[in-house]
Amino acid sequence: MIYFIIGGAGAAGALLRYAIGLLLPWEPDRFPAATLTANVIGCFLLAGLLTYLLDHPSVHPYWKSGLGTGFIGSFTTFSTFSVETVRMAQTHHAGMAAVYVLVSIWAGLGAAGLGHVAAKRGRGDRVLS
Amino acid sequence: MRRLEAVGMLGNCLLVGIGGFAGAIGRYAVTRWLGQKGSGRVPRGTLFVNLTGSFLLGWLVGSGAGHEAQLLIGTGFMGAYTTFSTFHYESLQFGLQRAWAPLVMYLGISASLGILLAYAGFWLGGTGAG
Repeated sequence: MIYFIIGGAGAAGALLRYAIGLLLPWEPDRFPAATLTANVIGCFLLAGLLTYLLDHPSVHPYWKSGLGTGFIGSFTTFSTFSVETVRMAQTHHAGMAAVYVLVSIWAGLGAAGLGHVAAKRGRGDRVLS
Repeated sequence: MRRLEAVGMLGNCLLVGIGGFAGAIGRYAVTRWLGQKGSGRVPRGTLFVNLTGSFLLGWLVGSGAGHEAQLLIGTGFMGAYTTFSTFHYESLQFGLQRAWAPLVMYLGISASLGILLAYAGFWLGGTGAG
């Protein structure tokens, strides 16, 4: 059962990422806006969800597996991030590749931190407790 | 013509969906097998899927795979098999615990080895295709 939940949610996450990619097409001489968008939004959502669920242990674990591992996990991607970086560097856009790596990592961390804080605030708790 | 485009789009979505279904289950199975994390240690499950996925996607792109294979295996499977959000959630946990050395190590190892392996895969894929 858990495999079907994660698989189904994963298919939905992958399709949403694909849709963003169709809206923001990428070529090696351009900044990968689609992947960055999906990754940063996903970092915010996953940190918010997992922080919320830690404070609400009564929520059925299927929510964590389905929404977290399945949907958000598949919505974001690491392999595309790596390959886009390589393709930009190979086509003489090493500077843009370096900016992409740094922005992805720091914006991802910032978004995860914001998601964590938002989930704590929503509950009226002390932040970072 | 418009109908053909609609059918093509549906087929593309089917490929991405099937790949995403299998990729998410693959990531879940691998991270359960390797263990998600130990306190103060690099989460090896996520690291493993992200590094192997980067290598394999590099290979796929380097070998000049066709449009359908790119959607099914690339966008669908490898996209879902690897994850950026879990990687950053785990990094955030190191930060919240003030575990700066593991945080920097995890970010550094993931990004540098991921990019390096994607390059190695791309190069090997290109060599194999002639």
